[in-house]
Amino acid sequence: MDKIKKLTKQQLFLPFFCLLIVLLINLIKSPTFFNIGIQHGVLYGRIIDILNRGSEIAILAVGQTLVVAVSAGTDISVGSVMSLSACGTCMMLAGYGVNSTTHLAVPMGVGILFGIFLGGLCGAMNGALVAKLKIQPMVATLILFTAARAVGLLLCNNQITYIRYEPYKYLGNFIPGCPIPTAIFVTIAVIAVVSIFLKKTALGLYIQSAGINSRAARIAGINSALICFVCYVICGLCAGIAGMVASSRIYSADSNNIGLNYELDAILAVALGGNSLGGGKFNLAGSVIGAYTIQAITTTLLAMGVSTDQAPVVKAIIVVIIVVVQAPTFKEWIANNEAKRKALRAEGGQQA
Amino acid sequence: MEQNELIVMRDIVKAFPGVMALNHAQLTLHKGEIHALMGENGAGKSTIIKCLTGVYERDAGEVYVQGVEGNVFNHSTEDAQKIGIATVYQEINLCPNLSVAENLFIGREPVTKLGTINWRAMNKKAKEIMDGLGIKIDVTVALENYSLAIQQMIAIARAVDMECKVLILDEPTSSLDDNEVEKLFDVMRDLKKKGVGIIFVTHFLEQVYAVCDRITVMRNGGFVGDYSISELPRVKLVAAMLGKDFDDLAAIKPEGTQEIDPEIMLKAEGLSHKGTIKPFDFEIHKGEVVGVTGLLGSGRSEMVRCIYGADKSQTGKEYMKGKEINIKSPLDSIKEGMAYLPDDRKADGCIGELSVRDNIILALQARNGMFKKVPRSKQIEIADKFIDMLQIKTASRETPLSQLSGGNQQKVILARWLCTHPDFLILDEPTRGIDIGTKTEFQKLILQFAKEGMSVVFISSEIEEMLRTCTRMCVMRDGEKVDEIEGDMTQESVMSAIAGGEK
Repeated sequence: MDKIKKLTKQQLFLPFFCLLIVLLINLIKSPTFFNIGIQHGVLYGRIIDILNRGSEIAILAVGQTLVVAVSAGTDISVGSVMSLSACGTCMMLAGYGVNSTTHLAVPMGVGILFGIFLGGLCGAMNGALVAKLKIQPMVATLILFTAARAVGLLLCNNQITYIRYEPYKYLGNFIPGCPIPTAIFVTIAVIAVVSIFLKKTALGLYIQSAGINSRAARIAGINSALICFVCYVICGLCAGIAGMVASSRIYSADSNNIGLNYELDAILAVALGGNSLGGGKFNLAGSVIGAYTIQAITTTLLAMGVSTDQAPVVKAIIVVIIVVVQAPTFKEWIANNEAKRKALRAEGGQQA
Repeated sequence: MEQNELIVMRDIVKAFPGVMALNHAQLTLHKGEIHALMGENGAGKSTIIKCLTGVYERDAGEVYVQGVEGNVFNHSTEDAQKIGIATVYQEINLCPNLSVAENLFIGREPVTKLGTINWRAMNKKAKEIMDGLGIKIDVTVALENYSLAIQQMIAIARAVDMECKVLILDEPTSSLDDNEVEKLFDVMRDLKKKGVGIIFVTHFLEQVYAVCDRITVMRNGGFVGDYSISELPRVKLVAAMLGKDFDDLAAIKPEGTQEIDPEIMLKAEGLSHKGTIKPFDFEIHKGEVVGVTGLLGSGRSEMVRCIYGADKSQTGKEYMKGKEINIKSPLDSIKEGMAYLPDDRKADGCIGELSVRDNIILALQARNGMFKKVPRSKQIEIADKFIDMLQIKTASRETPLSQLSGGNQQKVILARWLCTHPDFLILDEPTRGIDIGTKTEFQKLILQFAKEGMSVVFISSEIEEMLRTCTRMCVMRDGEKVDEIEGDMTQESVMSAIAGGEK
């Protein structure tokens, strides 16, 4: 009993629990849910699909978690930045003005690095606005939320640029001979790099301190503004990487559709992970679990035959329930009720 | 419940994770009485008040309030206000961005016939209220423009104006100067005449004897006794609070005059910060304790903030151990061996949600730099060492700082600086809101640090405390360093220096 209680007190318990319930419902509805097969030499199945399709949200959630923690605000530009990065890469690879190519203008690595760099640049701009000029995060990132897609379109000369070059498809699909979707590796790499960095350096402590009380953190010798800036840059880089994956899936840069509404999923993932949107303490693993929970819900709904137009309604209901269950006020209420019951029981015992 | 009893609390129990905050505590308040609630830090004074006002819900116990049937359960401060219990907390809970008048009337604004806020009536009434307290200020200006003391008075005015029969003042005087305290006492006596019962929490013994009728003493969450003021002289009160006979405060006075080390630790020439402090010179030797005194808002905090770089100095030069240093931010001064305990603990010190351990190692980590993380085992070792050394009362080293009592939070912040082994330590009001036993501990610590070669700047509203520890004092007035006194310092000589020629 005590062990169970300890378990339920863990921050990660609820996110895990939510994911588990979503998966359980799936199992009941379609017993074949967990089946993994091999088709055309690659892994195939619902679970693989969730892990694969959830990659972009998971990568975005990593960056978003840091931004939320340090500035008590959200970066709403990540979806648009994904699109801009994709456009930048495709423009580099195809050459400006070319709308379909089978031969690359520059080596693929250069193009991809350029795209990720663009993401970092956008992050730096957001970071400068928030950390230096103290503009509210949502307003500051609103600029790129609206502008980035348009800039991307400009880079691609107002058209969809196709890269019909086989290796470019690897990132969002499969590397020949490897049965696991490449996006899963990319996600693992991003999570690993960020968490190792947080573990090996004091960045995590700095972010939390600056996020909880930036004045006190400054007095204690922490450059709160710089830390805030760094978090936004990391978030931008994550968006850039997610943009690469998304672009590779369709081997093109579709400025208007890449990363559409992803910023909302990313923010939701952070909240689902049990992180306070008011900043301060954070848990990266929670956000990642949150990201896959969202993807699991989406995939489930589509698999159940809910039409793409109606899926958001069901998704919203599920999310509301999960968020309410995790809300501190709700938890407090439950804990209070329990304490009262216990007190009553103890009193009863004394009288007897 | 007897006729003239306003509040009776019996057998109140409240537990927090790992701590029994209240263990069968009790409190009785009569009509027209000023009732002091005394006890050390963590004795449960604030907790029992919060249980009464609905901030916390008690786990067990009975509360009776005059005019209300049966056992009272307040679920929020609003509930408490409805039955006539108004509260002013130690930390000011007002909205800094709203005007003084808005703060006074928030939630009960006078309305016009159309249902909109009647600004003219509100401002007029606010002006009347503040005038009544003898405070002449512009009530239409945002609260944040006024000093902490004025803000505190406004919080009190707000509580007083709400037709209450019980007024709770939780350490309202810790940020007030003598004049303001006197004003507050006048208000309290006035209310007493009107039959209001006042619960007064404070750490200042003088104030208790100046204004109170009865005293309830608490210790470790429990009830010690309820005394009338005449039957409890000071020594007995202190003994009751500590649970033992108290060795006289005077015992820690430094033995004779100490020799001053000729080595200069820090020297400042013409430092200033626009709008807060005019150019000043400052010098401190190794192992010296220097006091900075002056009224609130005289620039005593601003002066040390300027030295430390919390407010960047715009003019002048600073030397540490003879070497010129360029302080652009607090991090620079930490690297030079400075440490600064800020007076506004809540805003400038505490990282509330982080653990005691994280809070302690924060400055050390900042000095080491981000890439040289203090190993966890080392962090634990440091945290445990200081929890033990400063006797910090906490459930564990991983407890969030916000769950500790005010005095213990202060100790944690002090530990944060001590673990960086500073050469030059600035303590701005380190003993505010701290109980008398711990105060003595703090003073002993300061003298001990000085003996070990640390230079200390000590600021306190209590002149006595500074007389006991400092060898020299800088006197501040109106944002300017006006004088320096040393040698035979007495309370009178310091006070007249503070007051200047006008008094």
